[in-house]
This record gives sequence, structure tokens and C-alpha cells, in this order.
Amino acid sequence: MDVVTLSRLQFALTALYHFLFVPLTLGLSVLLAIMESLYVTTGRPIWRDMTKFWGVLFGINFAMGVATGITMEFQFGTNWAYYSHYVGDIFGAPLAIEGLMAFFLEATFVGLFFFGWDRLTKVQHLAVTCLLALGTNLSALWILIANAFMQHPVGAAFNLATMRMEVTDFAAVIFNPVAQVKFIHTVAAGYVTGAMFVVSISAFYLLRGRYRGLALRSLTIAASFGLAAALSVVVLGDESGYTAGAVQKMKIAAIEAMWKTAPAPAPFTLFGVPDFRARKTLDAVKIPWALGLIATRSIDRPVPGIEELVATNRVRIVSGMLAYGAMQTLRTQPKDPNAAATFAAHVSDLGYALLLRRYTADVAHAPPALIDRAAWDTVPAVAPLFWSFRIMVGIGFYLIALFAALFVVASRRRLEQTRWLLRTALLSLPLPWIAIEFGWYVAEGGRQPWTIDGVLPTFLSVSSVSATDVMASLVFFVIAYSALAAVDVFLMVRTIRGGPAYALGLPDAVFAGMPVPPAIDGMRSSHDA
Amino acid sequence: MPDYEILRLTWWAILGILLIGIAVMDGFDLGIAILLPLISRTDIERRVVINTVGPVWEGNQVWLVLGAGAIFAAWPPLYAVAFSGFYLAMLLLLGALILRPVGFTFRGKLENPRWRAVWDAALFLGGLVPAFVFGVTFGNVLQGVPFRFDWTLRMTYTGTLLGLFNPFALLCGLVSVAMITMHGASYLACKTEGTVQARAERAGARAGLALLVLFLLAGMWASRLDGYVLGAFAGVAAPSNPLTQHVTRAAGALMANYGAHAWMMLAPGLALASTLATILLMRARRARGLAFIASALSAAGVIATAGASLFPFLLPSSLDPDASLTVWDASSSEATLLLMLVATLLLLPIVLAYTAFVYRVLRGPVTEARIVRDTHSSY
Repeated sequence: MDVVTLSRLQFALTALYHFLFVPLTLGLSVLLAIMESLYVTTGRPIWRDMTKFWGVLFGINFAMGVATGITMEFQFGTNWAYYSHYVGDIFGAPLAIEGLMAFFLEATFVGLFFFGWDRLTKVQHLAVTCLLALGTNLSALWILIANAFMQHPVGAAFNLATMRMEVTDFAAVIFNPVAQVKFIHTVAAGYVTGAMFVVSISAFYLLRGRYRGLALRSLTIAASFGLAAALSVVVLGDESGYTAGAVQKMKIAAIEAMWKTAPAPAPFTLFGVPDFRARKTLDAVKIPWALGLIATRSIDRPVPGIEELVATNRVRIVSGMLAYGAMQTLRTQPKDPNAAATFAAHVSDLGYALLLRRYTADVAHAPPALIDRAAWDTVPAVAPLFWSFRIMVGIGFYLIALFAALFVVASRRRLEQTRWLLRTALLSLPLPWIAIEFGWYVAEGGRQPWTIDGVLPTFLSVSSVSATDVMASLVFFVIAYSALAAVDVFLMVRTIRGGPAYALGLPDAVFAGMPVPPAIDGMRSSHDA
Repeated sequence: MPDYEILRLTWWAILGILLIGIAVMDGFDLGIAILLPLISRTDIERRVVINTVGPVWEGNQVWLVLGAGAIFAAWPPLYAVAFSGFYLAMLLLLGALILRPVGFTFRGKLENPRWRAVWDAALFLGGLVPAFVFGVTFGNVLQGVPFRFDWTLRMTYTGTLLGLFNPFALLCGLVSVAMITMHGASYLACKTEGTVQARAERAGARAGLALLVLFLLAGMWASRLDGYVLGAFAGVAAPSNPLTQHVTRAAGALMANYGAHAWMMLAPGLALASTLATILLMRARRARGLAFIASALSAAGVIATAGASLFPFLLPSSLDPDASLTVWDASSSEATLLLMLVATLLLLPIVLAYTAFVYRVLRGPVTEARIVRDTHSSY
């Protein structure tokens, strides 16, 4: 395998590993803050002990998030050196601000969360937990601002003197519309993951009749939180579809496997079999009007299909070739006025010409056959995107139904009697992670063949390192992360099986089923009454 | 509004401050991890040592994360060339850094002595390897590394892993390990009592002595190495492009700045004087807070010495000296430097304030009695 493929594989794998732990950190940190707020307002120690117990599991997961996160920050430099040179002027800033504003907050207060219980007042400790949750969420915000620049590069322009993109408008970079919707969509997905984690483990305890006082309270809180979060994921996912419909039309067309432009209002393909070679989607089941509404918020605007977008991109490649040729002229004759004018007129399409570098060094004079190939390269892998998207959305709707059912049953205080629902909740544990990993693929796989959409192709972004070195690091990360993930799961399972009493060194009775204030619905089982 | 030249100089200073921040803040918990097997024998002693940094090491490591992020934002070509050029060394560093969060968190979760021994070893490597790799990296930067650019500024690096671990770089690696070990010991002496404290002070004084000798040795060796001299270049406020300058190699050039600007001798002077002060205080077993400050100043002096010897170079190229990265050709645009400066000036004081709050809450020594009492909430 070549350096490009290996580097992409390594980035994808390390990102997917990192993204197993981050969403749970996001969701659990907020749930911890909610539980501890209840401790501070009610003064009942069970809420403190619940915060501590879920905190132990949070800590195990947090360690893995940190261990897998540091690789991500280094990897842009180690494996994507040309990318770092080309857009570092814009992309580096949100990453550095993330460290200053968010990761410092999160990492400084996580220690005090665990070690500060008897050194701080109740309110001080609650403030620490809230700052921990705030840091975690702000961290996601800055990372997604950086990521949004890759999806929709705004506020930057190419500078011929430095051969890179440079910032022209920081406000545009920070208030990128893609960043706004992606942030809420991603953070809410993290909340769903945290809620599912707490719901499933609580259901496990209830099915065995253990730690009922803790499990009923946890499940009720997590089900309400999860329902709200799952609804926002889908609403903001739809908003994300609308934003992509405006700025990443090719991604939408690929997700829909829509080869030809659909007349308005475009239908949404529920199922079908995309065939890249024939450029057709077979046996499609369609919902009329739906895609038009999602992507354009109208019934009279068409949604462009892949073939139309390829034709548009072909025009941009030809325009970019003029910019590339002018750039070469300006190297030797920096004062040439014609070349300068041509460059200025076509520089916005320079990235499209760079797609030709895969096939020829003489970009400015590429023959039409190569231009056609480069134009078709702008189509990402249709079938995997089509299916990944449907798996993600399917799980999203299923989780809304599950959390709604749990919420209703919990409100009627019948959780323990509805054992099928508890069993379903336990078995649904992996689903948020599956949805999230597919969601990552839809967002980043759908961005291909670009690292920066329309600006820098992925194959040009890599470092000048040997394939052997990248193979060595890839193998290392797979082995190290898999081993640590196995230890992580082992410790989680052990802590869960041992239960809160074991984890905190407290007697079992504390969590068994003590009297509960009736004001908090659904947390009292019929046996307590 | 500061101009481009001032911004670049400011960011050169901030780079130095961040590197010193890494050495001072992350340095002591790396140093404590190196000392773990040397000064603690029983499990309870190990737990005392680990818990001196348990609640704070994660925040300290953000200095490293921020350092990498700031290089990316303010010096993108340096980030691109150094991180990809030192590919396998970075892999070694990451491999070691990955062990730290899991080592701290997982160790105490089981009572099994073999389980704990595994994570003790992981923590030790997680301290030793980064300390050594940082020094080796500096050793290579001082000598220049083999890279060149094509006209699109795509970098090619021709070095090898073995080339990175050359004798001078290994010596710099040892300087770094001695410095970080001494610093860890000075912190441990503040946070422990009794046997562990006595052992920490003995180890710290020895590490300080090693640092003194190794630092002088490295200085003498560096004065004989080939350095780099910046000739004609586009200007201190020109666009960042390393293809617009002329650089020559010259023996002894690493010492040139000290001849031209005698005040720069303050850097090695600070390193030597503070190391000596740390050794004396730790041998006397007194004024432990002062010893920690002296040890921190020693780290600042050592890092400032490297920076002063190199200026205006950030990363010279041994393969094509003209491609060398300097303060004048490897920065971000003026707009980005200014924005990042504003962000740093606004946010870093807040970070320092809440970090100080956390240390104040956690003040006081970590004792065996406390570990026994809080056995479930300690590492």
C-alpha cells in the first residue's frame, strides 16, 4: 500500500478509536453535573454516591480519551505535513485555542473532581464538575470549528508569496455555518451515548434486582436526558443536511446515490442498491418530496445529481489549470501582468487543478481524458456513504423511540415491572457508538477526495515519509489501542459487576432502595412505598 | 498595533515560554515517574509518589498539547517539518505518552501486585522516554536536520532513525533526563515526608550534579559543532517563505550570538547557577519550595540557552542550508499571529489563575496515612 492509503487508514482508525471515548466523556460529564446538582439541592447523600459511582466509570473512559487524543493532535504534523503547511495558518488557530480555552479547563478540573470531595464545599465541588463538563463541551466546539474549515473553507485565500492558504476573515472561520450545526449535532450525539450508557447499566442492575435506589434514579434521569438529546441529534442532523445541501452538494448527492439531477421537489431514496459503474441506483424505494425539503427547504428548487456536479467540477478543473499555468509563469517572471491577471481570475479554482497532480506533473497542459478522470475523482465512494447514512439515521430514530418508551414507563413508575423494556435497553447499549462511527464516516468519507473541500486534495496532503514508517506506526497504534481498549472494557465490566459498593468501598445497603422523595418521579419502586 | 517583526519576535518568546512551561509543569510529573522505581519500594510508597501528582498531572500535560498546538498555529512550517521529519521519534514519544493516562487511572483499580507492577513500568517508561526524546530532538535541532523544499514548499526529509540518535543528540537526551529527574525530585520533596522525601532529595541532588556536568559537556561540544549563519534574506517582515534566503554553515556559529550580544550569556548562567542552588538546597534538605523554584529556573535556563544559541534559526537544514526555518521565514501570517497573541493574552492568565486555585486546594503533603484513609479515591 502507498503512503496516502496508509496515512488515511491510520487517521481513520485513530480517529474512530478516539471517537469511541469522546462522546461518552461528553455525555457523562453533563449527567454527572446533573446528578451532583440534585445532591446539592436535595442534600441527599445517595446523589453524591451516584455521582461518585458514575464518576469512576467516567474516569476509566476519560483516560482512554486522553490517550487516544494526543495522537490526533500530533498526527496532522507527522502524517499530513503538506496539509499542515498549506492550511496551518487557519487550521492551527482553533486547535491552539481549544488547548487554551477548553482542554486546560477540562484537564485541570478532572483531577479536582476525583480528589476534591473532602477538600471543597458542596457548592465548590459542583462548580468543579460543571467546569469539567463545560471544558469538555468547549473542546468539541473548537475541534468542530477546525473541522468545519475542512468541510467548507471560508475566511481564507491562497497567497502566492507563501504558497499556502492564509486567513482573511477570522470571524467567518469561527462562525462557519457548518461548525454551528455540526457542534450541536455531535455534542447531542455524545449526550445520547452517555444517556444510553447509564440507562443500559441501570437496566442491568434492575433486571437483577440490585442497587435499585441508584439504578431507578439513574435510569429516570438518563432517559429524560437521552430523549431530549436524541431529538436534537435528529433535528440538527436534518439542519446539517440543509447546510450540506447549500455548501457540500456532492456529499448530499453521494449520500443519496442520486446520479441525475432530480426535478423539484426531489424524492428521498429510502433504500436501493447504488452501482458506481453503471452510475445507477437499482430497486430504489423513494419518498416523494422528502429530499427537496431536507436539502433546499423548498418544493421548487432541484437538488443537483452527481453527473451534473461532475460536469460543474470539470469546468472548475479547466479554470484551475489556467491558474496553475499562470502560477508557473509567475515563478520565473514575477512581474508578468497577463499571468498575474489570469492567476487572480482563476485562483479560486486552483484546488481543482491540483486533482490532476495525481496523473501528471504537467498540470497546465493535461489532456481532456485526464481532466475527465479528475472530474470523476470528485465523487466520493457512493455505496458506503449511502448505507452508512441509512444505518446512522435508522439508529437515531430507534433511539428516540427507546428513550421515549423508557421515559413514559419511568414516569408511570413501572420500570421494574416492564422487564422486556429493560432487556431491550440493555441490548441497545452498542447502538449509539455504531451510529456515531458511521456518522464520522459520512462526514469525513463524504468529504473525499479532499482534505479541504475544493482547495487541497487528500493525496497531496501527506508527509514525505516512507510507506514502511507509516505501516510501522499503523500497526503500533492498532495493537496499542486495541490492547488498551480491551483493558478499558475489562475494568469497566469489573467495576459494573462489582457495583457501586465495590467501586466506592461503601456498604451495599447504601444503594439498595432507601426512601426516596416522592417529588422526583419514577425513582421510587412500588416496593419502597 | 505591533508590526510583523515584533509579532514574530513575540511568538519566538512565547514558543520559549511554552517549552519552559512544558519542562516546568509537565516536567515534574515526568520526573516523578522516572523516580518511581528508584525511590519507592513498597506499594504504599509507590502510591504516595503517584498521588503527589495524581490530581494535577493531566492539567500539566496540557502544556505539551498547547505547545504542539501553538507551533501548529504560529509556526506551521516548523510543525510540518519537525513532526514529519522526526516521524519515528514522534511515534516513540506518542507510544510513551499513551501509557501515562492509562497508567495513572488503571493501576489502582486492582489489588494484584503483578497488575500494579505492569502499570508501574508503564508509568516509568511514560516518564523516561518523553524526557529523553525531548532532549534528543533539541540535540538534532541544534545540529540541523536534513530536509529540503520543492517550489510548492513540499518538504523532503532524508534522515534516518539512527541518524536522529547521534552522539551529540544522545548527550542532549541525557541532559534533558537529568534536568527533568532533578525537577521531579524537587517537587516530590515538597509533597512528601519521611523516607520517601529523604530519598527524593538524595536522588535530586545526584540528578542535579549529573545535569551540571552534562550541560557543561554539551556546551563545550556545541562550541565545536558546525552552526548556521543567515546571509541575505527577504526581510524581517517579508512573507514566510524559506526559499528566499541564503544560509551558510560555519564552525562555532552556535556561539556567535553570545559574542555579539553578551546579555544572552544570562541563559546558560541562569541554568548553571540555579542547578547549583538546587543541588545545595537539596543536600541541605532545607527550603524545599525554594529548591523547586531553583529547579524550575534551571529548566528555563537550559531551554533559553538552546533558543539563544540558535536564534534566528528555528530549525536549520543540514541538507540544504538555504531551506532552513527561521523566525523570519516560518511564521503564520501577520493576522494569525496577532489573533493568537490576543487569544493567549486573554486566556492564559485565566488558566494560570485556576491552576493556582487547584494547587492551593491540594496543598499539603501526601502521607501514607492519607492514602490508607482514602484508599478508594486515591490512585
